[in-house]
Amino acid sequence: MTAEKTPDPLVVRLEGLEKTFALPSGETMTAVSGIDLELRRGEFVSLIGPSGCGKSTLLRLIGDLTQPSAGSVTVNGKRAHQARLDRDYGMVFQAPVLFEWRTVEENVRLPLELTSQDRAGRDARVREMLALVELTDFARHHPYQLSGGMQQRVAIARALTFSPSILLMDEPFGALDEMTRERMNSEVLRIWEQTGITVVFVTHSIPEAVFLSSRVVVMSARPGRITRVVEIDLPRPRGVETRESRRYFELVTEVREALRGGEGRAEGDHASLERAEAEGLIG
Amino acid sequence: MRKVRERVIRYFPAIVVGVGGIAIWEGVIRALEIRAFILPAPSAIWRALVENWDAGYQIFPAAQVTLQEAGGGLIAGALLGLAVAFAVARFPTARDIVLPVGIAVNAIPIVAFAPIANQWFGSQSPYSKMAISAALVFFPIMINVLRGLTQVDSSSLELMRSYAAGDMAVLRKVRIPNALPFFLTGLKIGTTLSLIGAVVGEYFGGLNVALGRVVVESASTLAFEVTWAAILVVSVTGIVMYLVVAGSERVLIPWHPSVRGERVA
Repeated sequence: MTAEKTPDPLVVRLEGLEKTFALPSGETMTAVSGIDLELRRGEFVSLIGPSGCGKSTLLRLIGDLTQPSAGSVTVNGKRAHQARLDRDYGMVFQAPVLFEWRTVEENVRLPLELTSQDRAGRDARVREMLALVELTDFARHHPYQLSGGMQQRVAIARALTFSPSILLMDEPFGALDEMTRERMNSEVLRIWEQTGITVVFVTHSIPEAVFLSSRVVVMSARPGRITRVVEIDLPRPRGVETRESRRYFELVTEVREALRGGEGRAEGDHASLERAEAEGLIG
Repeated sequence: MRKVRERVIRYFPAIVVGVGGIAIWEGVIRALEIRAFILPAPSAIWRALVENWDAGYQIFPAAQVTLQEAGGGLIAGALLGLAVAFAVARFPTARDIVLPVGIAVNAIPIVAFAPIANQWFGSQSPYSKMAISAALVFFPIMINVLRGLTQVDSSSLELMRSYAAGDMAVLRKVRIPNALPFFLTGLKIGTTLSLIGAVVGEYFGGLNVALGRVVVESASTLAFEVTWAAILVVSVTGIVMYLVVAGSERVLIPWHPSVRGERVA
């Protein structure tokens, strides 16, 4: 209760994290190596880098969907495995991964069906989540009746039903057109501000990373390493004006140069960087 | 009402072709004076059907017997196929044993075993026919259900993993719903096979009131109009069984592309 502002508690701590895969040829491939990173509660952190930089692997390590070869992942003071069992995670993938045999509300309800929560409580929570992503009117629709952006909003609602402390998003808007993507960016920021959740967001779009994040973690490929962490000090709430501000352009440039530096050193595939740029700023 | 009209318009060409085909058949037989034992006219087949519906060859009671045999075989084969598919999906080692054996067994023309099934279960017993039916139905159901249970999107499994869902929850919430359309596909294939099994089983002996027996007996006395009439009834029975399963798809899996494709233009 002191007037002094204490730093927000740690949600994720990665220490000396390394992940290697055994290739069929017998060689080992290092996906990520020497990763040290700390995320505080309520942060919005983007992981950006060329294809093969291990950003998705890093996300999956945090979410205990794959095991590290060395180092440790601590989430809410627990091992990642325990955090997963405690349902501390919400996951959103590039594909919405909705179950086509379930309606929108049934999809959102699915995580709660794995708990002992009573029916009334479940239904209330589902309504709340659908209201959050503004899909109340589509509760009884099946996924195939929705657009790509709407499907992804259902996936976000579903990921939040457990009230997880951390939301892991793996290129969630990579398959959407630019207009929809920008709308979804604003949507996800609104949800983030409303819920105060910690977000780890994998993307290969520089503007998206800058627009959304409090910090952008820039990675290089082969092996995947963190080359720079760029603090995004753009004021919030962010909107259309943000994308047109001078500071936004400066930060986009900074992230792009950080990416180029990492890319140069790793001498990885330039195609992916070019793609990231093509999808990003034109001017 | 609009739906009915749309359907009539949609199936109109098929109806025209069907009716036209029968008319041409009738016309050719009459014009060329083809003898009945080579190819009877549709009108003669129809007459034979009406005359032998309850009396004579008793086609209607015979159809009921055959339908029971085919239905019993279909249910038994489906249950067996489901049981093996679930067991094989659950235990990967079982997959390595069962699948190669299953595929090898499936290469055997099972109807060739009809006389043996008659020997084992008694040629007068409906169970000998059901056994052949069930053996025919088993494989497509087993392989389809197994596919449905195991070919699950890896992201779906990761999603369930992120919810800390156990194997049973994954089975109930993901694998079984995913397998349902596959099961119904297997069942549709199974309807035809179950009838083939029953009729072929009857060819090799059994009670005379059964469609396979009607075919054999009438052909042996050169009453080919009756033979054709019996074949017609077998075909209609098969179509009805198929339509029942296809209709249940509309109720059970309205979300599936194969079903909803007809509703969403």
